[in-house]
Amino acid sequence: MDMSVIVAGFGGQGALLAGIILCHAAVIEGKKTTWIPSYGAEMRGGAVNCAVNISDDEIGSPVIDKADFVIAMNDVSQIKFEDKVKNGGCMIINSSLSNIKPNRKDINYIEIPLNELAHKLTQPAFVNVIALGAFIEKTKVLKMESVISAMTEMAKTLSEKKRKLLPNNIESLKFGASFIKNPLPVS
Amino acid sequence: MAKVLVKGNEAIAQAAINAGCQCYFGYPITPQSEIGEYMGAHLPKMGRVFVTAESELASINMVIGAGTTGAKAMTSSSSCGIALMQESISAMCCAEVPGVIVSVMRGGPGLGNIAPAQADYFQALKGGGNGDYKTLVLSPSTVQEAIDLTYRAFYLALKYRNPVMLLADGILGQMMEPAEFGEYPYEDPDVSTWALDGANNREPRNIVSLHMPEGAMEERTNRLFEKYQAMQENETTYEDFMLKDAKLVITAFGTVGRVAKTAIKKAREAGMKVGLFRPITLFPFPDKALHDVAENADLILDLELNKGQMLLDVRSAVFGACPVEFYGRTAGGLLTPDSIYEKICELYKKIDNKIEAGVN
Amino acid sequence: METLVYKRPESLLKDGHFTFCPGCGHGVVLRMIAELIDEFNIQKDTIAISSVGCSIFLEKFFNLDVAGASHGRSPCVATGVKRCKPDKFVFTYQGDGDAATIGFNETIHTASRGEHITTIMINNTNFGMTGGQASATTLVGQVTTTTPMGRKPELTGYPLHAAEIVSKCDGTAYCARVAITTPAQIRKAKAALKKAFEVQLNGLGYGFVEVLAACPTNWHMTPVDSLNHIENVIEKVHPLGVFKDITGEQ
Repeated sequence: MDMSVIVAGFGGQGALLAGIILCHAAVIEGKKTTWIPSYGAEMRGGAVNCAVNISDDEIGSPVIDKADFVIAMNDVSQIKFEDKVKNGGCMIINSSLSNIKPNRKDINYIEIPLNELAHKLTQPAFVNVIALGAFIEKTKVLKMESVISAMTEMAKTLSEKKRKLLPNNIESLKFGASFIKNPLPVS
Repeated sequence: MAKVLVKGNEAIAQAAINAGCQCYFGYPITPQSEIGEYMGAHLPKMGRVFVTAESELASINMVIGAGTTGAKAMTSSSSCGIALMQESISAMCCAEVPGVIVSVMRGGPGLGNIAPAQADYFQALKGGGNGDYKTLVLSPSTVQEAIDLTYRAFYLALKYRNPVMLLADGILGQMMEPAEFGEYPYEDPDVSTWALDGANNREPRNIVSLHMPEGAMEERTNRLFEKYQAMQENETTYEDFMLKDAKLVITAFGTVGRVAKTAIKKAREAGMKVGLFRPITLFPFPDKALHDVAENADLILDLELNKGQMLLDVRSAVFGACPVEFYGRTAGGLLTPDSIYEKICELYKKIDNKIEAGVN
Repeated sequence: METLVYKRPESLLKDGHFTFCPGCGHGVVLRMIAELIDEFNIQKDTIAISSVGCSIFLEKFFNLDVAGASHGRSPCVATGVKRCKPDKFVFTYQGDGDAATIGFNETIHTASRGEHITTIMINNTNFGMTGGQASATTLVGQVTTTTPMGRKPELTGYPLHAAEIVSKCDGTAYCARVAITTPAQIRKAKAALKKAFEVQLNGLGYGFVEVLAACPTNWHMTPVDSLNHIENVIEKVHPLGVFKDITGEQ
């Protein structure tokens, strides 16, 4: 099993964190994994992304040339990373923040209105974790329980204020997964 | 101990703390600022020393001051910051001051960019500082190895009273992967025979890098080179990956080594006999071992994220035993498993054609 | 009746002989430093940091542990030593070419951090060891090997006033400029050095003493004329005084 995924969005959407959660979950399942962010001045413009690899074997390049999967949480990321998806790969598009039509015929697109979905949940809800839930449900690359365990473990290291948001995160994750099983009409 | 998910820069910082690093002096620069941030968050709480220096000139000289007392001291920087330290690294070698310098390379020359690169191989290995001197240089390719080599760097610095550089690149500094912090595995040598702590009931000591009397500097340099020879004999390490029957041998250091492995596995699946020779100590360079490998190979392909720097040491070690080709990108251009695989296929055809034509 | 006995300070090497030019100020200051180390009885707990210039060969003169520093960086080396050995007495011995020119950034940052170290800066308004070139503290009009027509402000700017600037740093506990032109001045200079030692020994902060000293060889003057030159000319530009003393004593 090899999975390469790029998570991208603007600053504050939690693209980097979504990648780290994924990595932690992979460690819990005893898999090899790498995470590498865009860094430095690149972050200051507001567009951030990270590359995550999950594999049963040793991982060579942490940097992803062509990804199996891209989670693009805004239109800028969609434009930037559409060409980075492997032939036959898949891309999540955030239809709440992008009106751009998909360009490629050789990859699959999943349109998710991440921000609208977030509004339906207990506040605050998290678009990055909703997307993560959808990604896990779609790819089954890791078990949902592993992701919940990862978030639970990570929450332990946070301040009490942030720790309290763990249930919201889990709700977001599950809601993202349920959208894949049964896409809701969004008004 | 269980594996934890850890960022390269933070792994180096935590490993330094585990190794007993008593003080860190540094000046921020991308892509290694997390090392200073981590040290700033942890060392003061432990009663150890953390100083944000006014420049890299200052930080390396603070390391010198700490080093003269026998303390385990460290600084970290990147490319242009390391350039500022060169005079003092030379002085450390001359005066025999231990210290650990972490260099997390970015794109150059000049301010360059902040993307990963390996273009400071010459800077680390071939000086920039003045005079005849050698810095021990260790090159990790994974976060786990960054931890292990940080431990080794502190040990070697004290063992040889010499600066030791951990030469990483922006990829390793910024990436996270699971790794294990074992305990610091070395027994440190006694420093009380030479460290400065006040001339109490003994002759005064000095640790200086100016040696003016006639013949003094040559004599000292000769003695230093005996030490470098001992490093060569005792400390040289490299990774052998599928070298045994390899006809095409890839040489690469740091993160390029791990990327090459993916391409090599693919090539092996396609029936090509390819292996990896990855120097872990860049000085001392594993030249004897590489020469032996080259004698049994048809071709060496040197891969680097620069325009061909380790290439000179590879050629010198191979010394005509087989042809050496180079493939590299620089200043943020990266080698991917696919691009390396394509290069392997292209060169392997040449080897096969030669064998078919009876040339060899 | 008083018996004055000349005694060589313990903190000077028995067989160490100053190798400075006739009339040079370094020997006087080094001896005062050695005397003070003896008086404070801290010889066994002192680490001296040498610099680059005529100030370099401390290990030839002092019966003390010595660490060397490259051009201008002795305050950094001192910082590293002191932070690792906070119970030791650590001082840097520098010239104006070192502390006020190539290393002035280090000087003011060390002062601003309030490092518990002491700096003695010999100001002879030129690079002595390299042959008398102009430094940051060179006077307007002063003839040096790099200002053969005299220092012209429009070409090379104005003299830098090290002690005044160091005194403005929050971490500076004591800062003075002294001269060693007469026995009376030498006594005052020693009192200032003592103060700069004390602020370190009492953990109060950075101590800095700038000593105006003669460089007859590079000034092309006799030793006596050199002393007069300090009093009549240099002190007008680099005035003597205590610029900061947080102990409040004068």
